[in-house]
Amino acid sequence: MATTPTSEPRSSEPKTNRIGLTVIDYKGGKTTLCAGCGHNAISERILEAMYEMGVQPERVVKLSGIGCSSKSPAYFMNRSHSFNAVHGRMPSVATGAMLANRNLLALGVSGDGDTASIGIGQFVHLMRRNLPLIYIIEDNGVYGLTKGQFSATADLGSKLKTGVINDLPPIDTCGLAIELGATFVGRSFSGDKKQLSALLKAAIAHHGTVMLDVVSPCVTFNDHEGSTKSYKYVKDHDEILQEISFVPHFEEIDVEYDPGSTVNVTMHDGSHLQLRKLEEDYDPTDRIRAMTRLAEAHDKGEVLTGLFYVNPKAPTFLDMLNMVDEPLATLPESLVRPGREALEAAMEELR
Amino acid sequence: MSTTDVAPQGTGGQLGRKRIVNDMSIQVATVNGSGSQSSNTVLLRAIFQMGVPVSGKNLFPSNIAGLPTWYTIRANKDGYIGRKKEIDFLVAMNPETAQDDVMSLNPGGSVLYDEPLALHKLRNDLVFYSVPYDKLVAAVCPEAKLRKLVKNMVYVGVVAQLLEIDMGEVEKAIRKQFAKKVKAANLNWAAAQAGFDYAKASLVKRGAFYIERMNKTAGKIIIDGNSAAALGCMFAGCTVVTWYPITPSSSLVESMIEYMKEHRIGPDGKATFAIVQAEDELAAIGMVIGAGWAGARSMTATAGPGISLMSEFAGLAYYTEVPGVIWDIQRVGPSTGLPTRTSQGDILSTAFLSHGDTKHIMLIPCSVSECFSMAQDAFNLAEQFQTLVFVMSDLDLGMNNWMSDPFEYPTTPIKRGKVLTKTDLEKLGGFARYKDLDGDGVGYRTLPGTDHPAAAYFARGSGHNEKSSYSERPDDYENNMERLNRKFETARSFVPRPEIQMGTSARIGVIAYGTSHWGVSESRDQLRSEYGIETDYLRLRAYPFTREVHDFVEQHDRVYVVEQNRDAQMLSLLKLDLKPELTTRLRSIAHLDGLPLDARSVTDELSTMEGK
Repeated sequence: MATTPTSEPRSSEPKTNRIGLTVIDYKGGKTTLCAGCGHNAISERILEAMYEMGVQPERVVKLSGIGCSSKSPAYFMNRSHSFNAVHGRMPSVATGAMLANRNLLALGVSGDGDTASIGIGQFVHLMRRNLPLIYIIEDNGVYGLTKGQFSATADLGSKLKTGVINDLPPIDTCGLAIELGATFVGRSFSGDKKQLSALLKAAIAHHGTVMLDVVSPCVTFNDHEGSTKSYKYVKDHDEILQEISFVPHFEEIDVEYDPGSTVNVTMHDGSHLQLRKLEEDYDPTDRIRAMTRLAEAHDKGEVLTGLFYVNPKAPTFLDMLNMVDEPLATLPESLVRPGREALEAAMEELR
Repeated sequence: MSTTDVAPQGTGGQLGRKRIVNDMSIQVATVNGSGSQSSNTVLLRAIFQMGVPVSGKNLFPSNIAGLPTWYTIRANKDGYIGRKKEIDFLVAMNPETAQDDVMSLNPGGSVLYDEPLALHKLRNDLVFYSVPYDKLVAAVCPEAKLRKLVKNMVYVGVVAQLLEIDMGEVEKAIRKQFAKKVKAANLNWAAAQAGFDYAKASLVKRGAFYIERMNKTAGKIIIDGNSAAALGCMFAGCTVVTWYPITPSSSLVESMIEYMKEHRIGPDGKATFAIVQAEDELAAIGMVIGAGWAGARSMTATAGPGISLMSEFAGLAYYTEVPGVIWDIQRVGPSTGLPTRTSQGDILSTAFLSHGDTKHIMLIPCSVSECFSMAQDAFNLAEQFQTLVFVMSDLDLGMNNWMSDPFEYPTTPIKRGKVLTKTDLEKLGGFARYKDLDGDGVGYRTLPGTDHPAAAYFARGSGHNEKSSYSERPDDYENNMERLNRKFETARSFVPRPEIQMGTSARIGVIAYGTSHWGVSESRDQLRSEYGIETDYLRLRAYPFTREVHDFVEQHDRVYVVEQNRDAQMLSLLKLDLKPELTTRLRSIAHLDGLPLDARSVTDELSTMEGK
């Protein structure tokens, strides 16, 4: 089921969400990506999800690395602060921002090159910390801005326009994320509006690291016959793990679900994820099973999509740091500069 | 022969009469991991407690246990606390280096050695004292496995007796050292006493060196530069610390963890800080930038290799204009070999760290008290100028013990720079992040999370206009770069000014910075008394250079720039800044053996260059 805005629109006024903002308030600049680029569809889904969840745009920080994907934060949510970092190193900037202000909602947008090649070091350590952050890989298997070289998520045997065949196995970012400690891991497709929307809204409700690998075809360099990241290939090989419905905490659950066919996950903020099983016995809270299923998909050549793993209860990195509730960034001098007696005590120990 | 010292032939009688008081260098040569650090600290503190100015320098290998290490204590009545090249009193505990250590002494020096080493056979122009350590230790330490550690405290007692260091002060220092471990304190005190008693009963004092009580250390503290920096950063209101362990900077953050736990956790058990060990230096600086962007006072500490890794991010911070503080505890060059030796080798690379047109503010402390005070300056300047500030310490300053006056509580409030709040935005309606409204090159920023629809801006690298919108226009780029330059020029008037010592007539100027100060100060006295060479002196404390630096060069015929690197890095920076006709006045005195700069080397080189 889809989430709908809560206030009833009057005919003369635009629709608003639960905090009184219109969808225009979540818009960004005009995209400069290629017409038909999957990334633009993802930007749309992100701003819709933020709108529908009633997230205050000023509370959101958008962070990205380098590449086509990393340009996209300029194309949604102009009312949110944004930081375009260096190649492959957005996770550290996001981590710093969250240390400074734990009340922010951080959204990181990366690409397959930015994550799985140059950024793999920061990626794995981000996953292992379970920092509250929504990390989206806009995954097209190629470097777009440098005109179409393979990235490390390109499948074995996939072919470039120039005829070059990829002869190295891909890095499965979802498998890595689950193994290392991310607590909400899924894969989707830029062309699957319903699934991606539900996953994004659940991601906003999650407390911890969200890792979403979104296959997002590159219409210019990787959408041809022989590519495993083309629209056609993904549509033909998309193996959907479950049907995902999301009920936010501010809405009533109006549909009864059958526990035999549906897994219900209560999120940290009280929202509900309802996952209608398409595969018997798949339990998204079972980490080992999730990794096994991903390995199977890999062997079968499936593009497996859905929510692979979720753990709404794990403590986040910020929880473990035991910081004060207010943002460190704006603590007054009285709290961050100890008094004279503290210095005198320190000096006395050194005499 | 066993317990008597051997008088050097021919000079023995003279040595016996000569009395050198409170002016000596004591070197303890030992093996890494043998626990000698406690003994050396006790010796240092005992002399300090007797009111004698003192410094301690640890020359240690890149190793945990088994390689040679030397600790040098210098006591000096005139207050010279730089390294002294000559060793006067050697405590030879390491069989592997003992021969070389003895051979390198000047005639008239004293050697304390472990009896079986029989070092007295090596030379006849030194005073030798032998000590049967194993016998003495066995008597006071029944537990065999502790004997290796306690053995070192025996020499403390022997040295105390021979130099006439007050044993009451030795005991006080031991009790302080093992404050929380009474058993260990008692055991070590017994060992020191055993050494003292043995020396009193069996050794005949022949050497010339004595420690006498004076009053030059009253009220002073002993601390290493990294701990001083940690304290400084805590009182500067730092809230986010990210780091990756690297010698010689690790102890800065480790010390900070201790201080912050003690003073920055509230009654509710919650911390007003976050300290994160990152996966590498790239992540450490990335976190500093993210936190600085979001409004925290953030910092990291590293050394040269880390600085290199931070290069790309440093450029991004320069262009996005994000504050942050980076401590560079400089050491010798890349990879393995001499990472545990001191250097001033990161000056030039840090000044221009990164690609494109970048330049950075550097602060250069020479003392532990400046490590403390410049921490305040660094955070204030970083936020005032919305840029990274590098504090260029070094291993000698960071890891060695220095005597100092107690630090003064900061008197200036924490300055957060030009930050617009929600209320400001309500009045203004909006803002342009990179517009130079005040003519100082510094724009106004907002912090993420500011609850106003016009608060957000997009932080990105080279391509943006005044409103922080994406732009590849040549004029936008050029205007922005000119403004950044204006900002740097403004900083010239705000960074710490140099310390200048000027007479009326000297034609020769000396410029130094950081820990080179100590060797240079002493050398200036040597040059005056030994060669009649008068010098004026300017100690740089920051980059960009202030007006005084230009004036100083202008006022002297020849200016010697003394630094601890091969390529005259600071001299090169000066050349870029000075009028072309002034640059020919600069002369380089370079010191690059990885040891702290000593006065004698400077005196020798400068006097030679002056034709003396």
